[in-house]
Amino acid sequence: MIDSFRDKIIPVTSILVGIVVVWYVFAVILNTPFQRDLDRRANETPGVVEFIGKTLAQPKPTLPAPHQVAVNFFENTFLRSVTSSRSLVYNAWVTLSSTLLGFAFGTTLGIVIAVGIVHVATLDRSLMPWIIASQTIPILAVAPMIIVVLAAIGITGLIPKALISTYLSFFPVAVGMVKGLRSPEITHLDLMHTYNASRAQTFWKLRVPASVPFLFTSMKVAVAASLVGAIVGELPTGAVAGIGAKLLAGAYYSQTIDIWSALVAGSVVAALLVMVVGIAGRLVDRAMGGRPA
Amino acid sequence: MTGQSPAVVSASKLGLTFQTNDGPVQALTDVDLTIGKGEFVSFIGPSGCGKTTLLRVIADLEKPTSGSISVNGMTPEQAREKRAYGYVFQAAALFPWRSIERNVALPLEIIGLSKAEQVERIKRTLDLVNLSGFEKKYPWQLSGGMQQRASIARALAFDADLLLMDEPFGALDEIVRDHLNKQLLELWERTNKTICFVTHSIPEAVYLSTRIVVMSPRPGRVSDVIESTLPKERPLHIRETPEFLAIAARVRDGLHAGHSYED
Amino acid sequence: MNWLKPSWQAVLAILLCLIAIALGAMTKPEATALADPTGSFTYPYLGTKALTFGLAMLAALVSMVRIPPITEAVVLFVGAHLVAWLLITGINGFEGTALAPYFLLLAAGWLLGWRCVAVLSSLRPLAKWARTGLRLIIPAIFGAWILIIWEAVTRGAGIPFILLPPPSAIGARIANSLPVLGADVRQTIFKAVIFGYVVGNAAGFVAAILADRVPFLRRGLLPIGNMVSALPIIGVAPIMVMWFGFDWQSKAAVVIIMTFFPMLVNTVAGLAASGHMERDLMRTYASGYWQTLFKLRLPAAAPFIFNALKINSTLALIGAIVAEFFGTPVVGMGFRISTEVGRMNIDMVWAEIAVAALAGSVFYGVVALFERAVTFWHPSVRGG
Repeated sequence: MIDSFRDKIIPVTSILVGIVVVWYVFAVILNTPFQRDLDRRANETPGVVEFIGKTLAQPKPTLPAPHQVAVNFFENTFLRSVTSSRSLVYNAWVTLSSTLLGFAFGTTLGIVIAVGIVHVATLDRSLMPWIIASQTIPILAVAPMIIVVLAAIGITGLIPKALISTYLSFFPVAVGMVKGLRSPEITHLDLMHTYNASRAQTFWKLRVPASVPFLFTSMKVAVAASLVGAIVGELPTGAVAGIGAKLLAGAYYSQTIDIWSALVAGSVVAALLVMVVGIAGRLVDRAMGGRPA
Repeated sequence: MTGQSPAVVSASKLGLTFQTNDGPVQALTDVDLTIGKGEFVSFIGPSGCGKTTLLRVIADLEKPTSGSISVNGMTPEQAREKRAYGYVFQAAALFPWRSIERNVALPLEIIGLSKAEQVERIKRTLDLVNLSGFEKKYPWQLSGGMQQRASIARALAFDADLLLMDEPFGALDEIVRDHLNKQLLELWERTNKTICFVTHSIPEAVYLSTRIVVMSPRPGRVSDVIESTLPKERPLHIRETPEFLAIAARVRDGLHAGHSYED
Repeated sequence: MNWLKPSWQAVLAILLCLIAIALGAMTKPEATALADPTGSFTYPYLGTKALTFGLAMLAALVSMVRIPPITEAVVLFVGAHLVAWLLITGINGFEGTALAPYFLLLAAGWLLGWRCVAVLSSLRPLAKWARTGLRLIIPAIFGAWILIIWEAVTRGAGIPFILLPPPSAIGARIANSLPVLGADVRQTIFKAVIFGYVVGNAAGFVAAILADRVPFLRRGLLPIGNMVSALPIIGVAPIMVMWFGFDWQSKAAVVIIMTFFPMLVNTVAGLAASGHMERDLMRTYASGYWQTLFKLRLPAAAPFIFNALKINSTLALIGAIVAEFFGTPVVGMGFRISTEVGRMNIDMVWAEIAVAALAGSVFYGVVALFERAVTFWHPSVRGG
């Protein structure tokens, strides 16, 4: 316990504090030119302390100070009614729902494809190279097209965004699961062979348990990708709701503080999602009798 | 044999205690030992007896917590910085991205020898371990025995008088091991180096050594030192002679005496 | 029946052909012509209908005769692709008029293609060149059939151009818009991506070395770096556009931020990858920090570093393209995609995506080739 405090918490905290300090310094530096401009127009010559105070309190700063972002985040998260379109909870929920839907589709699809690839030699030889190759492609580029094309045939709302998330999340799951289902050692497969186990028995009793750690590792990647997909999917929809919409609206009206707090909201959602998947993974691992690490 | 020659390694009251999560572990206690020039000393004992730890202390890979030790009359750290010894590990530990000759060249590059000198030494040491002709091969293209020979060549490359070997043949099969033992003896005879050799094989220890240090665990200590009476010239079949078997029996007795089987 | 070896694909293909023949007209014009035998209409597959059906069934039948697998694969390959070619060229000028038999025949062709791939997959040639060839041919046939089905379905069913243009139209669009595509590639890849990729990776690498020298920094940076890799960093794009303007510099900044952390985390992991024994060995040589770094730890870390370089090659492209959605001068791949989507020029969007896919694969391929050359010793490479 004490070791983890010394080895992890202190360094991480001090680096985070360092980041905040550097952030403040940069906020002052980056906001100075505009503040000078303002002061010159207003014919004011504030003292150094007052000037710095002003650079950290601009309504549309080049770089908002951490406390400005924190206040904005707090107001839009806890003080606003969750049904308000300005509420971060509401916007995060919009993004989260399509993330989760897409993630569920993507994971299912990925597992199905992986099972197919492991069991059908034809699929392994013909589909697998494309799956690997497709990871090298900037898939996110198709996002606007999917949204607009689906909108043209009357599909809007959750589904198109979820489809992008599906698309982004099934690759890591498929690749990870193929690896996982193939991870049993030759000796274990030989053992099942000596029992004259059927393919289904080998699958359920050996391949599936062996693949579980791989599944959760790739699900962590997939859920993060899924969120990115949902956020990017919100960009071309004309900014209705969601974290991506908040980003775009913030960019459009130069509401930098809004952008930053939307970013923080997105990061919180991402961290929560990855954490939930991680905890689920650990629970499953423990239920399967894994050694506590 | 011990008394006359100058001491290469000398330890007195040497002790090393590791702090672990389960409390302190006494890896070495009260080790008194002097190794003279040209000796071939084997350290034998069950796992956990500190034989590898002792070798690592000599090599300055571990720091003793009590007592004193000198290598070539210096502290182990000074000896290491002077590159006073070559060390052979349990595995060959060759760098897979370097060919055999480049692996042997590694220590020579680090001490900064000239290219010409490097080439000359690589040739000589590879000759010494019968690996001529394999200079351009990569480690993974060689058998386990050849890899270990290459690692011995690497340890010999900068011509230190002391060779520290930590179960170098432990991972090899017995046929290869016999062959390498014989080659190692020939090499020792030709180069007149001092060799410290850790093993857990009684026949190997008896066959190779001029002196056998028997160690026992919990706490790690020296329980017996046996002088070999075998001649310097040792064909493989010496291992069937009564003299050999007598020494082996003494080693086995020493191991039994120092080791309780209740736990 | 020793000379026969039935396969479900071939049997099903024959069945589909028979159903198609029973159903009659392949296209609406043909149906009109059949209904009115006195009129003289031109309709598709006037002379090739019998040929197409005959080819499909012949290939299916021959494939079930006990012949060498190679011959079988060749028969199936030729049969399937000739059928597909006849179908696609035949529909020319009559797009959107296809009836059920057209799709049944397409399905039959696809089944033959599948059978061909299945036969090829079961081959285990001894010669190395043959194995490599198979490794390329099998996915190539699979990819070709995706394009064939895409082309045949979009044209046969007359799917609106703005929904999904056929591949041939996308190909034509690429050929006609090379200057525009070239300018976009230059703006996005040669300016933003390359610059950002080089700077981001270099910065991540230097930070990793620093973190390695200062353990306190490593213990603090590593958990943060691991967490950041899960965050939607792409969201910083609007901020970067505000800071660095509309031109490529803001996109390069996004790319730098996106590539920094994967490189940092992987390099730190890689520097820890060298074995204890090897590090002890360097210690017995009294080797200094930098000597150990260059002679042992960096070579041992190379597979990890290349892993980061490969991950980053894709991330860099994504970062630059998505950042362009937030505003660019009137050139760039992301700009082109978002504006042409708005104008419903979907074929241009697909053209741009195809170019992006090609660029991504080439980028990745170049990094992978370098990796093979540098980490030739690593089991994953030398194992083939």
